[in-house]
This record gives sequence, C-alpha cells and structure tokens, in this order.
Amino acid sequence: MKERKNQLTVASIIVIFIVIAILNVTLDSYKIRILNLCAIYIILGLSMNLINGFTGLFSLGHAGFMAVGAYVSALLTMSPELKGTIFYAAPINPFIQMIHAPFPIALIIGGLVTAGVAFLIGAPVLRLNDDYLAIATLGFSEIIRVILTNTQTISNGALGLKGITRYTNLWWSWGIAIITLFGIKSLIDGMYGKAFKAIREDEIAAEAMGINLFKHKMLSFVIGAFFAGIGGGLLAHLIGTIDPLMFRFILTFNILLIVVLGGIGSLTGTVLSAIGVTVLMEVLRVIEKPLSIGALHIPGIPGMRMVVFSFLLMAVILFYPRGLMGRNEFTWEYFTKGKFLNKFKKSA
Amino acid sequence: MDLSTFFQQLANAISLGSLYALLAIGYTMVYGILRLINFAHGDIFMFGAYIAFYSMTTFVLPWWASFLIAILLTIAFGLLVERAAYKPLRNSPKMSVMISAIGASFLIENLAIVVFGGRPKSLPVPDLFDTIIHFGKVSIVSITFITPVITLLVLALLLFVVNKTKTGMAMRAVSKDYEAARLMGIDVNWIISITFAIGSGLAAIGGIMWGLKYPSLLPLMGLMPGLKCFIAAVVGGIGDIKGAVIGGFTLGILEIMTIAFFPSLTGYRDAFAFILLIVILLIKPTGIMGKNIAEKV
Repeated sequence: MKERKNQLTVASIIVIFIVIAILNVTLDSYKIRILNLCAIYIILGLSMNLINGFTGLFSLGHAGFMAVGAYVSALLTMSPELKGTIFYAAPINPFIQMIHAPFPIALIIGGLVTAGVAFLIGAPVLRLNDDYLAIATLGFSEIIRVILTNTQTISNGALGLKGITRYTNLWWSWGIAIITLFGIKSLIDGMYGKAFKAIREDEIAAEAMGINLFKHKMLSFVIGAFFAGIGGGLLAHLIGTIDPLMFRFILTFNILLIVVLGGIGSLTGTVLSAIGVTVLMEVLRVIEKPLSIGALHIPGIPGMRMVVFSFLLMAVILFYPRGLMGRNEFTWEYFTKGKFLNKFKKSA
Repeated sequence: MDLSTFFQQLANAISLGSLYALLAIGYTMVYGILRLINFAHGDIFMFGAYIAFYSMTTFVLPWWASFLIAILLTIAFGLLVERAAYKPLRNSPKMSVMISAIGASFLIENLAIVVFGGRPKSLPVPDLFDTIIHFGKVSIVSITFITPVITLLVLALLLFVVNKTKTGMAMRAVSKDYEAARLMGIDVNWIISITFAIGSGLAAIGGIMWGLKYPSLLPLMGLMPGLKCFIAAVVGGIGDIKGAVIGGFTLGILEIMTIAFFPSLTGYRDAFAFILLIVILLIKPTGIMGKNIAEKV
C-alpha cells in the first residue's frame, strides 16, 4: 500500500513538472509571473504554518525574515561593478562589494543567514507567550526594516537594490516549493513534528512529558525562518528591485491570510489557499482600474483590493474559523479507498 | 547641548509621553479584562483625529463642538469594532481572536484609505493651542503643556471611577476572574462595552491632540503609535492603569531624549520601543508595576 502511495506521489510530481514545462512555453510573461508568485507564496505560507499552525507560536515576523533572505541573496548575486554603480548615496562597504555567489548558493546562504537571525531573535523572544510573542516578533520584523533603511553602506538604505538579475523561473520556484512541502511534511510527521503538535495543544503537558520546550520552539522557528528567507530570495530575484518599504507588516498580513484561509495546521490548505489568494490578488486588480462597459463608466477605487482582503480575513475567522481544510490533509486513501466515491453516493 | 535646549526637549518628551499614555490606558484596560491585544486601537485613534478634522473643516463647527463630536463618534466606533470583531469570538482560541483583531485593524485602515484618501490632511489649530509661551530663552507652544495636564486629569478621573464606583469594582472583578464575575451576577458584556467606550474616548482625545501637535493626518497614522503604546502598556505592567501612564511617559522620554542626545540615531527612532520591550520583558516580565503571577496547571 505504502509503495503504491509513493508511486502515485512520484507520478503526480512528474505530472506537475510536465504541466510546468508546457505552461512555461505557452503562457505570456505576466501569467508566468503570477505562477511564480503562487509558488513563492506556497513556500512562505508553509513556513509560517510550521511556526504558527503546527507549533502554536503566534509569530508575526515573516516580513522581516523575508527581508533578510532577499537582501542577502540579492547582494550575493549582484556583480561587484553593478553594486558600485547603484550605491551612489553612500559608498558601499568593500567586503559587501567583493562577495559574489551563483544564484542557488546565494539562495541557500540567504536562508541560512535568516535562520541565524531567527536564532538570535528567538533566544529572548521564545520565552514569551502568545500575545507577547506576537508583538515582539512583529517588533523585530520592524527593527530589521529600520536597520535596512539606516545601514546605507550595506543595504543602500531607503533607495533599495535595483537591477537584480531575474533568475527566478518556474523551475526554481516550483521546484523549491515542492521541496519545501515534502521537507516540512516529513518534519511534522516525524518525532520533532509530534513534539511540535504536543506543544501546540498544551505547553505545560508537553513539558511534563519530557519535551524540551525551548529547543523545539527554537527548531520550528529557525526552520520556518530558513524557508521564509529562501522565499524572500526568490521574490527578490523575481521582481528585480527590493527596498525596505516592501517588507512592511502588510506582507506578513498577506501570508497570515493564506494560512488562516487554508486552515491553521494544514499543509494542503496552505498550498490551495496560496494559489487561490495569489490569483485573486491579480484578478481583483480589475476593481482598482477604471472600467467602461458601453455607456456605463465605473471609476476605479484605489485601495479597494486590500479592503476586500481584510474583509475576507475577518469573514473567514468569524464565520468559518477552521479555514478551507481545518487540520485535514490530502491523502491518497481518500481516492484509492473509494472514500471519494462514498461521499458522492451519500449525497446522491 | 545647552540648558535651554534640554528643557525644550524635555517639554516635548513629556508631551509625547502623555499622548502615548492616553493610548496605553486603552490597551491596558482592554487587555486587563479580555486578555487580548486590541490591534485596532491605533486605528480608533486615527478615526478620532479624522472625525475632528471633518467636523472642523467640512461642517465648520467650533473647535470644542468638533472635539466633543469626535470623541462621541469614536466611542460609538470603538463599540462597533468590539461588537463586530471581538464579541462573536469570546469563547474561541486566542489565536483566532488575535487574527480577528489584526483583520479588523487592516479593514479599518484600508477603508480609511478609500474613504478619507491617502493624501495627508492637517487639522486647523485653534489659538488656544497655538500660543507660544516664553520662559527666558525657552519658548514652548501651549499644546505641549495642555496634553500632559489633560492626561493627568483623565488619569485622576479614571482612578476614581475604577477604585470608588460600583462599575469600577465590577471592572476589577471581571479582570480578576471573568467566569467568577459572571457567576456573581455581573453583566460582563456591559462591563466590556464600558471598557471599550473609555478606551476609545481616550484614543479620540489622543488622536485630536496628535493632530494639533503634528501637522499631518494619514490613514496609517495609528499603526506605529498603536504598536508603541501597546508596548508602553506592557512596559508599565499590563492591566494596570497607573503602569500604563508610567510606561507611556517612559517611552516618550526615552524616544525624544535619545534622539536629542544622539542625533545620529534619529533613523532608528521607531526601533527604540521594541528594544525597550525586549529589555523589560527579560528583566521584569510583568512590567514595571506588574505583579508576579504563578502559572496555573
């Protein structure tokens, strides 16, 4: 049975890559960009769900982690000459100018540096409980942004980095999204994951059972940050320019929306809602643009898109607090054992 | 730095600190009763400032009437937020309530961008708040004095209400033990509404003072003060009204004085509050005025 499930999984991954190969040549660049964004939001949503959904730590520091990953990987892939030209407000730090790395290595280093930053932040912050943890991680994310705005010789300050080579393509983004999915899945199915879930359900009981709270919270926090950093790096190499204003709390809010909508504690839900929210974000651009249908003229309302998203988050949490999937996951048994069909029979 | 600049900065610091204190009281009272961060508090503050602006400019009402209307409407708005975003989730897990609070905050901000527009607006300043008072070399605008005076008056009034009246006693009872208070026949929903009303009223006063002191109103103006004032409340010891005032003043003085003494740190201004939070939580996790609470199993 297990073998068959693995075969089905491998087959579906192959199908996904074939679909990506086809889409890569048939779609225009705008649609490919949206598909890339979907994959990046899957990575970010999964990493936030690991911390918030599976370990029960309400962390709001994702934008800060992404900023670190984005800046580190972008500074690594930019050539020394390019860095010299864009740092015109203040001269660049010579060490930063010198270092250079190819894209995949830059991404991994970006992720590792983010994990390191998360480790430093986690040491004081993870002693705190829910509300305090939320506000402290939010605070650290803002501090990271303030530091990036002020260290002109390293990050080019408020001007940001321009001309980052756009290495991110469908292969990289979806490849890493799938690696993230299976990485986090094997983590939460294993011993560590069981400890994470125990901490989520009841911290004091978990500790009484011999689980080292601090170590496990830190592990979840650091791994989540690592993937957030990689997601940030992919985003930087997709858009081509980054500046500190990109990484405001609103970015964390978008990822939180994805996690809540999909179901706090469901990987399947996160994947589905990441795709849904990303596509919806683009579709809803329509209501911000002026629209003319024959004689009818509807002026665009700037900012309306975010109103819709905030409303959506409120509606989900108030009326449908478990999100799309609750804590359920996609399983092959659902199809192979005919549960899927039973459901149809019952409803018929 | 000479002495006159120092006093000038000190006056500014106390004035800013008293604004923070007004907002921090709202946070601390809501947290004391519901154990939740009212993320929308900063946006209620913004709402108050905008209402004052519109009633002064669009409806050309005298300033005192405008301020009164702004305070009353903001109280109504605060109650509405409580009813819509917090009340339905009273028995839900904590994370849901916090997400709802964040959602409410973003909804208000984004609606404000659509309704009020993204361009900064400035509140017309009545003469009373704009007179310059001279003390030797130091010259200070009257609003700098008025804010701390109002804050202290409000504090005295609030301490009287909480410690001496029956409603205040009920509030203290609810904050000690929600369930037990309910069983003793206290109308918990009514107490929560009163708490939100007081907090929103204070936020409106803070918003108006902010508008008189700093020239521009923006839809996102409540975001940073909101976060900082929650931190001020935590620093003072959350749930404690005097603590919130102490925390507000501490934060205001820290912020202005650090910039005054080390001008090179000006860019890091918004980070001070968070650094203060981490330091306080590590040294004294329950805040300056907080009591130690043992973890119940």
